[in-house]
Amino acid sequence: MATAVLTGERENYLNKEYGIRSWLLTTDHKRIALLYLISVTFFFFVGGFLAMLIRLELLTPAGDLMLADTYNKVFTMHGMVMVFFFLIPVVPAVLGNFLVPMMVGAKDLAFPRINLLSWYLYVIGGALMSHCMLTGGVDTGWTFYTPFSTAFTNTKIVEAGLAVFVAGFSSIFTGLNFIVTIHRMRAPGLTWARLPLFIWAQYATSLIMILGTPVVAVTILLVAAERVFHLGIFNPALGGDPLLFQHLFWFYSHPAVYIMILPSMGVVSEIIACFSRKRIFGYEFVAMSSIGIAVLGFLVWAHHMFVAGISLYSALVFSALTYLVGVPSAVKVFNWTATLYKGSISYSTPMIYALGFLGLFTMGGLTGLFLACLGIDVHVTDTYFVVAHFHYIMVGGVLMGYLGGIHFWWPKITGRMYPEGWGRISAALVFAGFNLTFFPQFILGYVGMPRRYWQYPPEFQVLNVLSTAGASVLAVGYVLPMIYLLWSLRYGKIAGENPWGAAGLEWKTASPPPTFNFDETPEVTWEAYNYEEIPAPAEVTFER
Amino acid sequence: MSVHISSNKLNVTIWITLMCLTVITAWVATVDLGPFNTVVALAIATFKALLVVLFFMHVKYASEKLTKVIIISSVFWLLLLLILSLADYSTRGNVRIM
Amino acid sequence: MSDSPAGVVHGTAEHHGPELRHHFATVEQQRDSAALGMWLFLATEIMFFGGLFCAYLIYRLWYFNEFAVGSRSLNLLMGAANTVVLICSSLTVAMGVRAAQLGKRKLLVVLLLLTLVFGLVFLGVKGVEWHEKWEKHHIPGASFNASDLARENPQQPIDQNHEQIYFSLYFVMTGVHALHMVIGIWLFAVLTWYAWKGRYTPEYHTPIELGGLYWHFVDVVWIYLFPLLYLIDRRH
Repeated sequence: MATAVLTGERENYLNKEYGIRSWLLTTDHKRIALLYLISVTFFFFVGGFLAMLIRLELLTPAGDLMLADTYNKVFTMHGMVMVFFFLIPVVPAVLGNFLVPMMVGAKDLAFPRINLLSWYLYVIGGALMSHCMLTGGVDTGWTFYTPFSTAFTNTKIVEAGLAVFVAGFSSIFTGLNFIVTIHRMRAPGLTWARLPLFIWAQYATSLIMILGTPVVAVTILLVAAERVFHLGIFNPALGGDPLLFQHLFWFYSHPAVYIMILPSMGVVSEIIACFSRKRIFGYEFVAMSSIGIAVLGFLVWAHHMFVAGISLYSALVFSALTYLVGVPSAVKVFNWTATLYKGSISYSTPMIYALGFLGLFTMGGLTGLFLACLGIDVHVTDTYFVVAHFHYIMVGGVLMGYLGGIHFWWPKITGRMYPEGWGRISAALVFAGFNLTFFPQFILGYVGMPRRYWQYPPEFQVLNVLSTAGASVLAVGYVLPMIYLLWSLRYGKIAGENPWGAAGLEWKTASPPPTFNFDETPEVTWEAYNYEEIPAPAEVTFER
Repeated sequence: MSVHISSNKLNVTIWITLMCLTVITAWVATVDLGPFNTVVALAIATFKALLVVLFFMHVKYASEKLTKVIIISSVFWLLLLLILSLADYSTRGNVRIM
Repeated sequence: MSDSPAGVVHGTAEHHGPELRHHFATVEQQRDSAALGMWLFLATEIMFFGGLFCAYLIYRLWYFNEFAVGSRSLNLLMGAANTVVLICSSLTVAMGVRAAQLGKRKLLVVLLLLTLVFGLVFLGVKGVEWHEKWEKHHIPGASFNASDLARENPQQPIDQNHEQIYFSLYFVMTGVHALHMVIGIWLFAVLTWYAWKGRYTPEYHTPIELGGLYWHFVDVVWIYLFPLLYLIDRRH
């Protein structure tokens, strides 16, 4: 339906068809990416609202905003929503869905209908989780350890478990789709060694989704069976082992954090290359380190269980393996830094996010090494040190990478430029707010404040107040892009095919792209990041 | 996917082999081999599984190396789960196993 | 090599049926992609059952007596019969794929129907076994009671709670397997219908191949479940 001709607009994936049915029944990977964008953003703000409640309660040492049981539910739902409905899907389902086919020169993913099914599974899981929250929620922590979750608590474990189970299949199908697409649908001439690092990152992420997610799925099944039928598989009173639950849970949930970070690392590679106008230094090393992270990430799970009762011998083994998994991440950080050296740097919004990522991810990663040390872990496990560590990676890493990616590919997705001034201000606010929120938490944890506690000794208040103050700044930094990105849809400067002068097949087609991505299947005869051949944009003008 | 077409003879031969192995494994279970009962049972099961995978699922005739990589990797990953969990359970000391 | 980048269509335009989806360049690419997708899905299934095998492994090592006693209380004849039934069904599936490759529609339908019959027989036998367990109070939960097993096995003392763990794993593992059988039966019913309608030809029978892969996988899982659950300790 070429209704686009009425406005004189070129036909693209947005205006090809109108109406709610054309969106809800679409099989176009780009439209599905936007469906995900909307639903993922919704859950981000739900999780963010819950975070706000946490920080408000922790402004004062006393538990005066809510009951202890309520607080348990608030941090649990914050964790569950953020982990399963934001962090795990966000970059693969939004940016990955949009870009993977384009970056490999294909017309769509290998299985477009399964892609749509993935989104529906996500929505159904999200609906179940929302219903669960509205009717009482869960209070076990997002890790729902047994036997509390199976034999003691009265909260809605089975419903929350079902929500996660369904969302898990969304994840599995996305990973499956990406692997097949990358193997089978690359354009002529696009060998593995010419793929953008974003694709390598998505591929590695998909491997983890395929191999890890089913284990947590069956674990949830066992927990549900235990609750419903009063079994004793994880209940020590009935001969079961609570640590078996933890082994099965973390076998997935540790690699899951690599599902979260790897795609953002891919985004960072693309952004740093573009805004240094240089090929990523050590391309092969960065590509292989993605695979390395995916593989090694499966060998370290029991570092979450050092004080839970595993044998000292196995703790030593897992500690050594955990140090090892830091190596490929470090390789990436060194290579990104080397890329910046003597590059032609421009500080666009995406670049500010990417540079912020470099610093914050490094801090988060290094503090992970602190935790890998058994002696230190004994003191800081289950304190705010751990909370700070993973928020540095989840928020300072994953979220910054995602926001950088959204800004970088916004012109491609929408055909419009966002206002650069506001972009930079928001990025700066996010960076400043983030550090103010989470750096004090390292100190809090080190001096002994436990996590998941709703009251604390008065001497911890100053640091908590700083943290909450930072959270307010962070919140502003997140709301601003919502406003100006939406504004840009109508009033933003029209973007051309390649406003950044970036390398990559996605930039060789119109913005927004036509439904089948390319007018003709491209034939690739150049290496990735061929910036020496691509002219820098003469002037990328930004609206103030 | 392979364009190899299995002959009826091949299919039936594999089927008969699987049936025989089923009878054998049930019978061997009644013989006292000490700790080797488990080993033999698993070995027979693995051999049966290999027959199904290689012949009925055409993996032997697959021109595609990737299929074999996927199967071997998944089995390897499962073994990772089992073995690294055992690293904890077998060294706890308070519970006597192995 | 199907892993190389998609080639440009050679020579004259290929004639292809409506089955070729627009985003694929050739029928081969579509078929290879579908097969790869199914194998990846089976990889997830290996890990899904794998979690259960991990729980089984740990508890068998911890509670060997209870596992041995519980295993002996299962009906060996029915377990073996079910193993035979599934192996026969794998034969009919393999022959069905061959029939599809050779374009023998009627033979394909007969073989698919036979597969369905075998699948239903398997579930029937399973149902009988579970009913037996129900009557003996061996189903985990409020009414679980394995004191009869304790009496019958004085040489291997058992703890009731640990025995319940064996039966919990037995029911979860055979239950999840049975669920996969139900899905397989439904899948094959659909395939039989379409085969009857003449949808599958030597050029296009990918759903038969993929359905076959799924069915064989479910058979392989049972090939392991049988010795692990039924044959733990049957020495005289």
